[in-house]
Formats: sequence, structure tokens, C-alpha cells
Amino acid sequence: MSTSADPTFPVLIWRGAADGAFKRYDVPRRASQTVLDVVTHVQRQIDPSLAYRYACRVGMCGSCAMTVNGKARWTCRTHVDAVATDGTLEIAPLSHLPLVRDLVVDMAPFFDKWAAAHGQFKPTATRYDDFAKVPPGTRARRAIDATIECIGCAVCYASCDVVGWKPDYLGPAALNRAFTLAKDVRDGDGIGRLRAVAGDGGCEACHTHQSCTNRCPKHLSPTASIAGLKRLVAQAAVTGRL
Amino acid sequence: MEASVARDIGVDDALRGARYAAWRFVLQRASAAVLAFCVLVHLATIIYAMRHGLTAQAIVARMHASLVWPAFYALFVVACAIHAPLGLRAIADEWLAFRCRAADVVLAAFALVLLGGGLYAVISLAA
Repeated sequence: MSTSADPTFPVLIWRGAADGAFKRYDVPRRASQTVLDVVTHVQRQIDPSLAYRYACRVGMCGSCAMTVNGKARWTCRTHVDAVATDGTLEIAPLSHLPLVRDLVVDMAPFFDKWAAAHGQFKPTATRYDDFAKVPPGTRARRAIDATIECIGCAVCYASCDVVGWKPDYLGPAALNRAFTLAKDVRDGDGIGRLRAVAGDGGCEACHTHQSCTNRCPKHLSPTASIAGLKRLVAQAAVTGRL
Repeated sequence: MEASVARDIGVDDALRGARYAAWRFVLQRASAAVLAFCVLVHLATIIYAMRHGLTAQAIVARMHASLVWPAFYALFVVACAIHAPLGLRAIADEWLAFRCRAADVVLAAFALVLLGGGLYAVISLAA
């Protein structure tokens, strides 16, 4: 519960489009405060023109990612205590995506790359078939136990050096999705998806820096998924199936 | 949207590009594995030659004496000629956005220079 006696701390928030600048706000410091709480306070109490994006507030939807003190993070589950080590916050939009305004980026290129990586499930069964039974202990299923948990927040994409250097690189999230479907025994896209993730902007472009893995708020390893795709693509090439 | 993701290229071109990229990856990893072995043997050879005071003449004599060393260094040269241009291609692609057909021609020429120069040196020492 806040009171007017709450001490304040300085928060720098990016305002405007790409040619904008950081603007300082003094925000009340509260217990268990998240970065999203800070942004919401500014928008509701100080400057209603601030644009930002969020939905669930509980780490499920992946819509509130921003750059906090230089690193991409999900703001709803990031406590101020954990990141404002010097008592200040700098909040900017995600990197590598076109800036719309303030803290809002255009996510279209991110999801276009999911589509380019054949991120859609392609069923092999019809509605008249029985439910597919996928034993949870099988090797293929265990390989994607973690990867299916991706919430599409784009933290990995914004953290990836290769995306910054090479704009047509599909990126960690799209490749993680492609790997998930490549290992899904119910999926029918097989070689088509491997062809989509090979090529100049595909999985081979990954340098294994592991920034995606380091920053993923769900503690997933897109790096491991990309390594898996590299193996699948190489096997397909060597056996003449690609 | 970045132009190259939505690029208007034919299916055949995209498929060729995917196969080409996959084979580049396979060849670079395979040549790296060969190089890892060759570099270790080469370093051990250098250390042995230094510690035992081998002269250049003694080393050349050993190259003449057996086909094993020329074969080993020929393999080393072939692995270098594959590995180095592929690595340079990745650098040219990321840092200079140089990835057109001309890039492949330049790097193929570089590979031939490495292969020709390296094999010439090996044959000269072995013959």
C-alpha cells in the first residue's frame, strides 16, 4: 500500500519515436514493486500519454517485454529490487524491432519470421481420427518438454547479436518454434520446415553466443533448439533429403 | 518487414539456397574436425623438432622418406582450403552484407589460392 510519504526514485523512460529521448520521472518506491508497476504508475499518475503494452501481468502472455537497464526483460515479473542496483531505472523499448512510440515496438517482423520458419503446426490426422497418443517418455517428446513453453515475448530476439548484425536472421524464438514442430511426431511439414530454416538467414547463422538462453525469462534454451535444428538440417543434407 | 524474409525469390532458388547453406555448414564442421586433429599433430611436430634440434634439411629428408607426412600435410591443406573461405564468407555476410554471387566467386578463388599454394608447397617438399 502506498502513501504520500513513500520515497521516490528516478526512472528514465524512452519517449517518442526513434528520434526521441529519455525523460525522467520520479516514482514512489514500494515493496515488491515490479518494473511494470513503475511504468503503470507513470502512465496512470504522471503522464497518461505514455504508450506501453501489457496484458496478463503474471508472466503468461509475453507482451510486456522492454529493455530495462540495458537488458531485455519481461517487466511484469522483474522486481525493481533485482535490477535497480544503483537505485535508478532506465526503461527503453525492445531492440531489433521497429519502434512505434515510447515503449511500444512493432512485433510484426518478429511474428513474420515465425511464419517464415514454418512455425505453424501442419496436421497429419483429420478430425475423424482418434486423439494422437504421444508417450511423454519418448526421446522426441522429451526433446521439446521445455521448448513448448515459449511465450513469444521476443526477449531472446532483442538480445540476439546476430539479429542485430543480420536483419534477415530468423532469430531464436522462430527457430525454437521450428525445432519444437520438427520434433512433434504429429506434424507433417518435415523436410519443408527444415528447408525453411536452412539458408542464409537460418539456423546455421547462429553463433552460439547464448544471449537468448541467458536472457530467456522462462529459462528455456533456444540455443539448444537451434543446435538441434542444425543437426536435423545437416542430416537431411547428407542423406539427400533436403 | 525485412526485405529478405519476404523476398520475392522462386521456390527453386530458395531450395538451392537452403541446400547450399546446409552443405556449407556440414563442410565447415567436418573441416574443423579435421583441422583440430591436424593442428594438434602439427604443434606436436613443431615442439618435437625444436626440442630435438632438427634442421630444415633433416625435416625435408623425413618428408622425402615417407608418404605419410606429405599425405598428412595435403589433408591439412585441403581442410584449410575448405574451412577458411567458409569462415570468411560468414564474416563478409554479417559485417559487410557481401553475400551475392560475386562473394562466392571471390571466396572460391581464395579457396583455390590456398589449395594451390598449399599443395605446391607439399609437393615441392615431398618430391
